[in-house]
Amino acid sequence: MSQINAQFSLKRDGFALDADFSAPASGVTALFGPSGSGKTTLLRCIAGLERASGTLSMNGEIWQDKTTFLPVHQRPLGFVFQEASLFTHLSVRANLEYGYKRIAPAERKVPLEQVVEWLGLSHLIERGDPAKLSGGERQRVAIGRALLTSPRILLMDEPLSALDTRSKQEILPYLERLHLELDIPVLYVSHSMDEVVRLADHLVLIEQGRVIASGALRETLSRLDLPTAHFDDAGAVIEATVAQQDETYHLTRLDFEVGSLWVSRVEQPFGTRVRARVLARDVSIATQAPHGSSINNILNARIEEICDERPDKVIVRMKVGIDAMLLSRITRRSRDLLALSVGMEVYAQVKSVALMA
Amino acid sequence: MFQLAPEDLQSVWLTLKLASVTTVLLLLIATPLAWWLANSRKWYKGPVAAVVALPLVIPPTVLGFYLLLLMGPHGAVGELTTSLNLGRLPFTFAGLVIGSVLFSMPFAVQPIQSAFESIGRRPLEVAATLRAGVWDQFFSVALPLARPGFITASILAFAHTVGEFGVVLMLGGNIPGETRVLSVAIYSHVEAMEYASAHVLAGGMVLFSFMVLLALYLAGGKVAKV
Repeated sequence: MSQINAQFSLKRDGFALDADFSAPASGVTALFGPSGSGKTTLLRCIAGLERASGTLSMNGEIWQDKTTFLPVHQRPLGFVFQEASLFTHLSVRANLEYGYKRIAPAERKVPLEQVVEWLGLSHLIERGDPAKLSGGERQRVAIGRALLTSPRILLMDEPLSALDTRSKQEILPYLERLHLELDIPVLYVSHSMDEVVRLADHLVLIEQGRVIASGALRETLSRLDLPTAHFDDAGAVIEATVAQQDETYHLTRLDFEVGSLWVSRVEQPFGTRVRARVLARDVSIATQAPHGSSINNILNARIEEICDERPDKVIVRMKVGIDAMLLSRITRRSRDLLALSVGMEVYAQVKSVALMA
Repeated sequence: MFQLAPEDLQSVWLTLKLASVTTVLLLLIATPLAWWLANSRKWYKGPVAAVVALPLVIPPTVLGFYLLLLMGPHGAVGELTTSLNLGRLPFTFAGLVIGSVLFSMPFAVQPIQSAFESIGRRPLEVAATLRAGVWDQFFSVALPLARPGFITASILAFAHTVGEFGVVLMLGGNIPGETRVLSVAIYSHVEAMEYASAHVLAGGMVLFSFMVLLALYLAGGKVAKV
């Protein structure tokens, strides 16, 4: 039963949380929603920092139910707050060791040196005052501090949102590596779709204190009944591998199950898994194989769903191969002119692809 | 000029002893009280805070008067101490300590309370997620972060006790070696027209007070603002 099951309800002035979701206890699960939707409160309930009525079980272990409420310090979790919140009275090293010292030696699965190396902290660890570190460095120390308790789950509350763009770019690769190298499930609260697409495997959508959807990232992002499909930057995610480098045109071919995409040169070795994001506005539809098109990526697709979105626009969900999805936002006029309908075989023309990793 | 009579020296030592004992006791009592005041959301937090602050406002003689009644033969505390074979508290050093502790309470509680309040909940939450239990959080995070408040509280409580007069006079009288502290000794010298001796003690007090305040302001950033 490798699963997180959570159900909480909490009433405050002007806010009600009534959330119920399950997520796999592996990989990164993003809790995504607009500001004020209650995602941070939900994460704090899971940590035990907030006391809501409800139940919570982690891999079959009860952390909270009608009769049980495991205190925060007895929950084997790591928590990374929005602000690094390092202890100002302790040195960088003492901050890192704070939680490490408080767990039984037998439970220390993550050695200090390894965390220091992973997070590039070796030149910071002997610095005395944590207040002298940059924002990005502080947050890396905070992540290391949480990891050093060898948590069975890592909770992150918008760990990048208090940072400037440069520090964000500095930390994201560490988070991705964390994902790849550490076998610790992560619950990641965010209101940034970019971060979610880049890091998450599983998506929990939250709106006004309620969980409106929960599922694998790719499937959930291509569901037209959810608000995420109607954002300006709505799009589908395709997992692919680096298959070929074209020296002449400086392009890279990415393969996924039944197709391939040519993208601007990616400096990654052959076979590297990458995540590509294809925005709905960058995909157009043709009913006949296009000739004389400047677009490199033309995929055979089958229309699965068409949804009226705005007075002038519709959004189309297409399947490519067995389970790759594409979204396309086109005008209502084009839909009618091409007489598009569910089940039709079409050509999806992908104008641009954003690589996330 | 700078000669202390043996009785006066005794007063100086008695004053320092009283101030030290009072300060230590105050830190022990004020810390949990300040913690509670900083964190409680109970309705009676306000009234408790007001009672703690009361000695700032009421004249020391009033406090001394009520303590005298309470500790006297017909007072509740007096009856208790008598039944426990502890004798009576008025006109003893122990009685003075109790009076001083109550009198200087706000000077110890308030700096510690505002230090705890300025720390906020976050560092304690962080400590909890790093496996620190409630006591552990308190000793490893709250106490060290509130250190400036403790320094301020100690200095103020000590200095305030040294300068105390009204409560002592009402409660302790003027017994050499037992309750005759500096302020009372100065008063006695003046009453006896021994101005030279009064000068030495009074001048010493001014100098001492100045040094304390100077230390407070020089420490500046490290000490919580009062």
